[in-house]
Amino acid sequence: MSGTDNGNGGHSLRWLRRAVMMPYFWLLLFFLAPFLIILKISVADPIVAQPPFTPLLEWGAAGFEGIRVTFSNYAFLFQDGYYGIIYAASLKMAAIGTLLCLLLGYPMAYYIARQPPQRRQILLLAVILPFWISFLLRVYAWIGLLNNRGLINEFLIGIGVIDRPLAMLYNDFAVYLGIVYSYLPFMILPLYANLERLNLDLLDAAADLGARRWQAFVDVTLPLSVPGIIGGCLLVFIPAVGEFTIPALLGGADTLMIGRVLWDEFFINRDWPVASAVSIVLLLLLIAPIMWFQRLQTREHEAAR
Amino acid sequence: MSDVPSSALVQIREVTKRFDGATAVDNVSLDILRGELFAILGSSGCGKTTLLRMLAGFEHPTSGRILIDGTDMTDVPPYERPVNLMFQSYALFPHMTVEENVAYGLKKEHVPAAQIRERVTEMLALVKLGPLASRKPEKLSGGEKQRVALARALVKRPKLLLLDEPLAALDRKLREHTQFELANLQYQLGTTFVVVTHDQDEAMTLASRIAVMSEGRIAQIGTPGEVYEYPANRYVAGFVGNINLIEGRVTGAANGRLTIRSDALDAELAVACDEPQAVNGEVCVAVRPEKITISRQPPEGVDRNVVKGVVRDLGYFGDQSLYRVHTKSGAVLQVSAQNLRRSAKLVVEWDDEVYLSWEVGSTILLRS
Repeated sequence: MSGTDNGNGGHSLRWLRRAVMMPYFWLLLFFLAPFLIILKISVADPIVAQPPFTPLLEWGAAGFEGIRVTFSNYAFLFQDGYYGIIYAASLKMAAIGTLLCLLLGYPMAYYIARQPPQRRQILLLAVILPFWISFLLRVYAWIGLLNNRGLINEFLIGIGVIDRPLAMLYNDFAVYLGIVYSYLPFMILPLYANLERLNLDLLDAAADLGARRWQAFVDVTLPLSVPGIIGGCLLVFIPAVGEFTIPALLGGADTLMIGRVLWDEFFINRDWPVASAVSIVLLLLLIAPIMWFQRLQTREHEAAR
Repeated sequence: MSDVPSSALVQIREVTKRFDGATAVDNVSLDILRGELFAILGSSGCGKTTLLRMLAGFEHPTSGRILIDGTDMTDVPPYERPVNLMFQSYALFPHMTVEENVAYGLKKEHVPAAQIRERVTEMLALVKLGPLASRKPEKLSGGEKQRVALARALVKRPKLLLLDEPLAALDRKLREHTQFELANLQYQLGTTFVVVTHDQDEAMTLASRIAVMSEGRIAQIGTPGEVYEYPANRYVAGFVGNINLIEGRVTGAANGRLTIRSDALDAELAVACDEPQAVNGEVCVAVRPEKITISRQPPEGVDRNVVKGVVRDLGYFGDQSLYRVHTKSGAVLQVSAQNLRRSAKLVVEWDDEVYLSWEVGSTILLRS
C-alpha cells in the first residue's frame, strides 16, 4: 500500500517539477537564446555579406578550423567618446523622465488608492485605457498637438496669449513629454498596488501620537511605499533608457538617445556587430539597478521574517 | 460647567454623531472620573467605537461638546489632545523597531533625545519588553505586540488612555493573564483608562464602572455589580450575563411588593418594587440562572418564588451543572448549580420532576 502511495507521490512530484520548469524554458527560449545570438554577433567582424557579419565557428575545406572572436567592437565603443556621451545622455533623459513620472504619478496613485472601491476601479480603468490604442499612434498624435501649426499653438495664438508659435516639437521637451505620457501608467500601477494596501490605522496612530497630516505622510506613508516607488521607477526607467520611438518621432536632431544610435547602426550603417555590442553594453548598464532592487527586496523579505 | 463635580476628567455633553443620515451616537451624556477604569460595553454597531473615535479626535460630533480636564476638546485635532489610543489592530509601524515605535510620540512632542531614551527604556521595562527593543513588529507574538501598543500610547503620559478591544486579538489563555496585567498597570499609573469592548467578561473584570450602549444610546451606567444584579432594562439584562426573562401581568400590590401572574410558568411570582402602585399591566421579570435552586423536594423557607418543571437538558461542567427546565406550558428556565458535593452521580438528573425556587429579593423587575 505504501508502495503505491510512493509511486503516486513520485509521479505527481515529477509532474510538478516539469510545471516548475516551464518558466525557465520560456526564459531560455525567448530571453537567453536571443541574448546569446546578439552576444555572438557582437564579437564578430562586419563584412559585406548576408548575414553581414563573420561566423563564430570557422569551417574550412579540412573541416572545423577554429573559433573567431573579436572584442574590437567593444574597444571601438569605449575609444569613441561619442558612445559614452550617448549612454550618459540616455541615462540622464530616462532618469529625468522617471523622476517626472514619479512626481506626477505618486499623487495620482495616492488619490486613486483613497477613493471608495467602486470609483477606484473606474479611475484605474482610465489609467489603463490608453493601452487600448497603439503606442505608435499615440506618440504620433502628439506631433499633431505640439506642431508649430498644431492644436496647442493654434489655440494659444487664437486666444492671443502668444503671437508666434512655441517650439514644442523636435526637442528634448517633446521627448520628456512623450516619456511621461507613455510611461505614467507603469509608475501609477505599482504605486497604487502599494498605497492601496496601506493600513489606514497607521495614519490614525501617527495622528494620535502627535503627527500632523504631512508628518504622518513623511513618517509612515512615504517609507512604507518605497517598494512601490522603486518598482514603478524601474518599470519606467529601464524601457525609457532604450526608448526608440519617442526620440525618433518627437525628438530633434540633437536629441541623443541610444535607441536611435542602435537603429542607425543596424539599418543605416548595417554594422550589426557594433549595434550588437551597443545593446550588450546597454543591457549590462541596466542589470545593475535590477540587481540592486532584487537585493533590496530579498533583504526586506528576510527582515520581515 | 459648574454643575459637574471636579473629579470628572471627561465630560461628554449631549453628543450626537450622524453618518449620512444614520445616527451612530444619539445624544450621549457621560462623565468619566479621574483615575477610573471605565468600560463602554455594547454589541457591534452600537456606537461605542464612534464614541471612542470622538474622544480620540478622529471624528467630530454632529452636535454636543466633549470636555477633557475642563477644557473643551470638541474642535481640537487628535495630535493636540492629551489622549492616546491603543488600536484594536495595534497599528504598530511595521518599518520601525519596538523602540522607535514607542519613541515616535515623544519625538513628535520634541522631547530632548536623552529624555526620550530614558522614558522609552522605562516604559519598555514596565511592560517587560526591554530585551525586544530592537525587534521589528513582525517578529513579535500577539501578546508582545499588544504590550508595544500599550507602551507606545502610555509613554506620552496621556491624561486619558483609550483602549479599543484591547484583548480581542489575543487567545483565551493570554487574555485572562493580560486582563489582570492591564488592571494592575492602570492601578500603578493612575491614568484614566477607557476600554471599549463587546466582551462582557472583559468589561466586568477590568472596569470599575461600565456604560452599556445600545443603538447609539447609553442603556445603563454603573459598577459591574450594579449592571449585573440591577439591570435597568431588558436590553442590559439580556446582554450582560445569562438571564431568564419571564413575561407576566400585575395582579396585586402590597407592602412594597408586586404579585405577578405568569401563565408561561403557571405561577404567581413576587418581586420587590419601590412604588408598587405605579406599575400595572404587562411587565417582565427576570432571574439569573445561578440564583435559582433546583431540588426534587418542595423547597423550604419563606419569601421564595417557586416554579415546577421537568429537566429536559443537562450540561455537566465539573464545577457546575447547567439545567434547562421545561414547565408544563412549555416555557424554559435556565438554572446553574455549583456541584458542591463530591459525587459521580448528580442529585438531579434528566427527566426528573423538579422544583425551582429563588428568593424574592433575587427577582428583577424590568419596566422597559
